[in-house]
Amino acid sequence: MTVVEGTAYDVARIRGDFPILGRRLPGDLPLVYLDSANTSQKPLQVIEAIDDHYRLHNANVARAMHHLGAEASAAFELGRDKVAAFINAPGRDEVVYTKNASEALNLVARVLGDAGRVGDGDEIVITEMEHHSNIVPWQQLAQRSGASLRWFGVTDEGRLDLDDIDQLITERTKVVSLTWVSNMLGTINPVETVIAKAHSVGALVVIDASQAVPQFPVDVAALGADFVAFTGHKVVGPTGIGVLWGRYDLLAELPPFLGGGEMIETVTMQGSTYAPPPARFEAGTPPIAQSVGLGAAVDYLSAIGMENVAAHEQAITAYALGAMQEIDGLTIVGPKEAVMRGGAVSFTLDGVHPHDVSQLLDSRGIAVRAGHHCAKPAHLRFGVQATTRASFYLYTTEQEIDALVEALHFTKKYFA
Amino acid sequence: MNTAAMDALYQEIILDHYKHPHGAGLREPFEAEVHHVNPTCGDEVTLRVHLDGETVSDVSYDAQGCSISQASTSVLNDLIIGKSVTEGMTVLDSFTELMQGKGKVEPDEDVLEDGIAFAGVAQFPARIKCALLGWMAWKDAVSQALVTTNTSTTDSATTGDPA
Repeated sequence: MTVVEGTAYDVARIRGDFPILGRRLPGDLPLVYLDSANTSQKPLQVIEAIDDHYRLHNANVARAMHHLGAEASAAFELGRDKVAAFINAPGRDEVVYTKNASEALNLVARVLGDAGRVGDGDEIVITEMEHHSNIVPWQQLAQRSGASLRWFGVTDEGRLDLDDIDQLITERTKVVSLTWVSNMLGTINPVETVIAKAHSVGALVVIDASQAVPQFPVDVAALGADFVAFTGHKVVGPTGIGVLWGRYDLLAELPPFLGGGEMIETVTMQGSTYAPPPARFEAGTPPIAQSVGLGAAVDYLSAIGMENVAAHEQAITAYALGAMQEIDGLTIVGPKEAVMRGGAVSFTLDGVHPHDVSQLLDSRGIAVRAGHHCAKPAHLRFGVQATTRASFYLYTTEQEIDALVEALHFTKKYFA
Repeated sequence: MNTAAMDALYQEIILDHYKHPHGAGLREPFEAEVHHVNPTCGDEVTLRVHLDGETVSDVSYDAQGCSISQASTSVLNDLIIGKSVTEGMTVLDSFTELMQGKGKVEPDEDVLEDGIAFAGVAQFPARIKCALLGWMAWKDAVSQALVTTNTSTTDSATTGDPA
């Protein structure tokens, strides 16, 4: 049993909630799951909530006028209430469901363009450490609108380079979109500084919180950004549901994203008028069971306490950074100390390609991710084509890090 | 521990080709140059083909990627140079069949030579694309080279498609 000092955090008890962590891989190997930045595993509480929904309460929402329809609608909207509370959203109608964080970011980019808020000669500012999902939608918007895209650089240490913030964010800037926590470097960005600067010139700020919401308490009201995007499956919830939080007054001014059922006020053959947020942005049957599952997921995390999750993440990342840096030939790409840093550690191992590292680790039951992690510009910045990434979560143990380190030594020998 | 499965994947022949790739580097002349990327992992290869009539007289390449993709491009270089385009396509078909055979295809050593070492890769679905990267690039380049040589009256072929 591992208990993080100074807290009542009980990793063994938490692991007991995650059935998959007890499974064995071919060769009777215990699973060592170090790929939580990719997707997190799911506790029984989430699995059972989804199971219960499909067994007993399944119906379509809003439009089914029968008993099950009422139950499903209530359960679906309760999920939204829980998510709103989890991120301290001032209103439940500020929580828009999408299918993932990518769709949430695409939604913002699309409707800001359609609303004419970004046009010819305007500027959009992003960073070199973004996930492709926070690059491509802005490149597309720039193409459609005639706006230009500008980039914050990244320092050698893997931090956001704020030296030229005053040149980058100017009165021409209409939108600044950046990640709170890098999925590749692990860096936690000083988003408050960027938000303050952007707002001082009247620009809107979009925060990609895909790696932030899983790892530490997020309070969108205190943060002060205009939009915050994240995804359900990284916060021990199901796949197929993402969240876009937006300031209500802003959402209310913006045009719809997709057209279809449930996003309208009325439809005639001459035209349509649209429902208020969040329904305006949720065309078609929404992710119903996923909302139930996501509600159970944030309940689960809240019961543990996000500050405790954050403390565990910090401790396990510090342990991993220390142990991994003792391996000759291993280079960490990103901050090397657990300061303003999340639990994703990308690295290279001299003479062994990341795919081969990952394959060898897999042969020992250790699941990591290898490749460009959907962050090709960030890899280019550090002169590497690919890295191997180990990422940790509330259920990760020091023994798992030890297994990783031992397997990395084995990998080095295998390819020597 | 699953060392046997690893050894089936990482045959000595593969590791040898990875550490000492045959025919690496970009050379002239060439009739077609292609750049192929495996979008899921980022492996890349730039590959040139030089035809002398029906004969593939050179395949040169610059590749970045894992041991499987590097070694397979090196083996391709060994197998294809000096063969006719038609013979080369037969080797390609045989290699592709081996990769997509889910481990049930018996490789023909007479056709594939060192390529039979990749039989184990077919058991690892995520790595099949790695093994095929250089081969798909070659297929593309040779098709473009054939078009170039058929439409060009001179032999001054230095333009490829850098895509």
